[in-house]
Amino acid sequence: MKTLRDAQVGSTVTVKKLHGEGAVKRRIMDMGITKGIDVYIRKVAPLGDPVEVTVRGYELSVRKADAEMIELQ
Amino acid sequence: MRIRMALAGNPNSGKTTLFNALTGSNQFVGNWPGVTVEKKTGKIKSSIKKGKDVEAELTDLPGIYSLSPYTLEEVVARNFILDEKPDVIINIIDGSNLERNLYLTTQLTELGLPVVVAVNMMDVVRKNGDTLDTAKLSEELGCRCIEISALKGDGIEDVVEAAIEEGSAGNPAVPKHEFSGSVEHTIAHIEEAVLHDFPEASQRFYAVKLFEKDEDIRKKLNVDEATWNHISGDIAACEKEMDDDAESIITNERYIFVAGVAGACLTKKGKGQLTTTDKIDRVVTNRWLALPIFAVIMFLVYYISVTTIGTIVTDWTNDVLFGDIIPPAVDGWLTDIGCVEWLHSLIVDGIIAGVGAVLGFVPQMLVLFLMLAFLESCGYMARVAFIMDRIFRRFGLSGKSFIPMLIGSGCGVPGVMASRTIESERDRRMTVMTTTFVPCGAKLPIIALIAGALFHGAWWVAPSCYFVGVAAIVISGIILKKTKMFSGDPAPFVMELPAYHLPTLGNVLRSMWERGWSFIKKAGTIILLSTIFIWFVSNYGFVDGHFGRVEDLSDGLLASIGSAIAWIFIPLGFGTWKAAVAAITGLVAKENVVGTFGILYGFAEVAEDGQEIWTNVAADFATSGAYAFLVFNLLCAPCFAAIGAIKREMNSAKWTWFAIGYQTIFAYCISLIVYQLWELFAFGNFGVGTVVAFILLAVFIYLLFRKPKYDNSRLTIAPEV
Repeated sequence: MKTLRDAQVGSTVTVKKLHGEGAVKRRIMDMGITKGIDVYIRKVAPLGDPVEVTVRGYELSVRKADAEMIELQ
Repeated sequence: MRIRMALAGNPNSGKTTLFNALTGSNQFVGNWPGVTVEKKTGKIKSSIKKGKDVEAELTDLPGIYSLSPYTLEEVVARNFILDEKPDVIINIIDGSNLERNLYLTTQLTELGLPVVVAVNMMDVVRKNGDTLDTAKLSEELGCRCIEISALKGDGIEDVVEAAIEEGSAGNPAVPKHEFSGSVEHTIAHIEEAVLHDFPEASQRFYAVKLFEKDEDIRKKLNVDEATWNHISGDIAACEKEMDDDAESIITNERYIFVAGVAGACLTKKGKGQLTTTDKIDRVVTNRWLALPIFAVIMFLVYYISVTTIGTIVTDWTNDVLFGDIIPPAVDGWLTDIGCVEWLHSLIVDGIIAGVGAVLGFVPQMLVLFLMLAFLESCGYMARVAFIMDRIFRRFGLSGKSFIPMLIGSGCGVPGVMASRTIESERDRRMTVMTTTFVPCGAKLPIIALIAGALFHGAWWVAPSCYFVGVAAIVISGIILKKTKMFSGDPAPFVMELPAYHLPTLGNVLRSMWERGWSFIKKAGTIILLSTIFIWFVSNYGFVDGHFGRVEDLSDGLLASIGSAIAWIFIPLGFGTWKAAVAAITGLVAKENVVGTFGILYGFAEVAEDGQEIWTNVAADFATSGAYAFLVFNLLCAPCFAAIGAIKREMNSAKWTWFAIGYQTIFAYCISLIVYQLWELFAFGNFGVGTVVAFILLAVFIYLLFRKPKYDNSRLTIAPEV
């Protein structure tokens, strides 16, 4: 399973499915990362975590541990 | 006629700016009942009501992205709307970030209340060359949409006019979005089974929430078991058909609708060009430059607020205003009117000296808050969290905890108050509890005293104190985050990095003043009472069998208290009443520790590092006990001013006592370990104390390395609200 955690910086990926449940999953989806949406991986923070992505036209910071729950196509 | 309005919107949508523009100085700041989330209400300025003769009251709801039951802010906002039923909701949205902002709008329009949408940042939209069709947007959303620029004040009268009209007419918004067939079918079922008695307009909100299996709403509606089982069957069938869980189905469908609306109303000029924010972030969060730039900015904040301007104004208030101006003036006046001696002393030595010492921090805090408010509202603070998150989250802290701790090395009071920028309540509490472990400016004289008196001014004493402070933060962070108290309510770190923009001076000044004022109010209550208490026990006592004022501090009640509790400190190597009294007076202000020793050794006044009493201190303390005394005073409960700040930020007596109790017990244990092991390794002394020290050490190691019972690195349980 390929997740957002493994995605290359500078690439645009498409979300296939969200794993997990409850608050974390809901929060990630509330921020606009939903099935079928394109996510651009902008950069990784200087210390290697979290990751900055562009989704729905704005910038979002996601921890790698949470990015693991986002499955890509 | 009176209209109650609620202002709702995403964080970073310009909500605070709009609230300030609409209400001006007519604001009341408090807290939502039972939580630390700030609540603001205000009256709409009459100058923007276009001559309408209505009284309009506006409540600023917390900035939220959704109406889910998972975050404190969302629950607070949603309970207010459901229980208080405002006459109209003003929903501010960021026109330059339409999709995510409209996601909340789709939830607000379902509530069965009138909604007016204020589309903010239209100037940015136009500058990007994009166009937004607001008429079409109104049609698609089922409520009125008005273009504004909160920063420039454009269009805000129109928003107020529309809100007054909609609010007095009581026309609920008519949500236009529809979910897919099977979802709508299930929702219709739920409405029929549970909600048929409800007003039609608010049925949809409750039905969707029940579909999402929202426990809070289920409780609120008192849905009985049989009905619930019946609906659950329908929901499960729908989930199966859509191959997803109910919450995700709804979220997905909302975003699909919203993306369609944005596509239909917003015409983008071109794609792919770099915005100003992108350009700034290329440098500011660059892999190599981010940390050096962060260091420079932090240095400037520290240098200006603590070292230069801050110290100048604080020294002036402490030494001149509360030193040369107010005390002599009050002193002279009280003598002139022939005030009784005890009252005279209470006012001058107790109240003015105590509260003055605390108010002296206010100018410095204002300078700091001004800079923090700027960093926050321009968008840099979110980048700080982005850059520092990796380090701090290991200790249960937030990336933003760095700032309170850095400031705390100057003064713990503004340090604790700087924690206000941390969103997560858990991270904020942890930061508040640990910030005062960093040696602050007032603790430096204690370090100088001990280093000079017992270690011949050895170079390593001061750095070791900072090491102890940082170690205390790391150890406490790791231990506490594994406890039950810090395990609930976790939030994933999914954070928006908002576009940079230049804040207005007015907004920055207002934010600075709100924080400063809330501290001043504390100084007038808890801190005042505490200083009066210390004044009383220092100045009163039993002499020759009767109670009265004492000339000598060593005859006072405080000295008796000191003698009575001195035994507690025997295992720490400083079980003398003088040391106990000094530690207690340190609660008023830490630098008092040195002055108290001076008085107790019979000097009227001593230099800041207590040079005069070095020989006396050296005679009373062993090296081991002196260092343990130093460690204890560095880590134990901070001064009253800082305790006041902790109380302000925790907004709960329970948490304040927990924080202070934890700090003091932690200080005691560490100090005991330091003393006993020092005795063992330096002098070969072994006793019961040594055994206790090893036991404590083992307990600490266990607490540090035990497997967390409550795994909160990845949240899988739904937290209770």
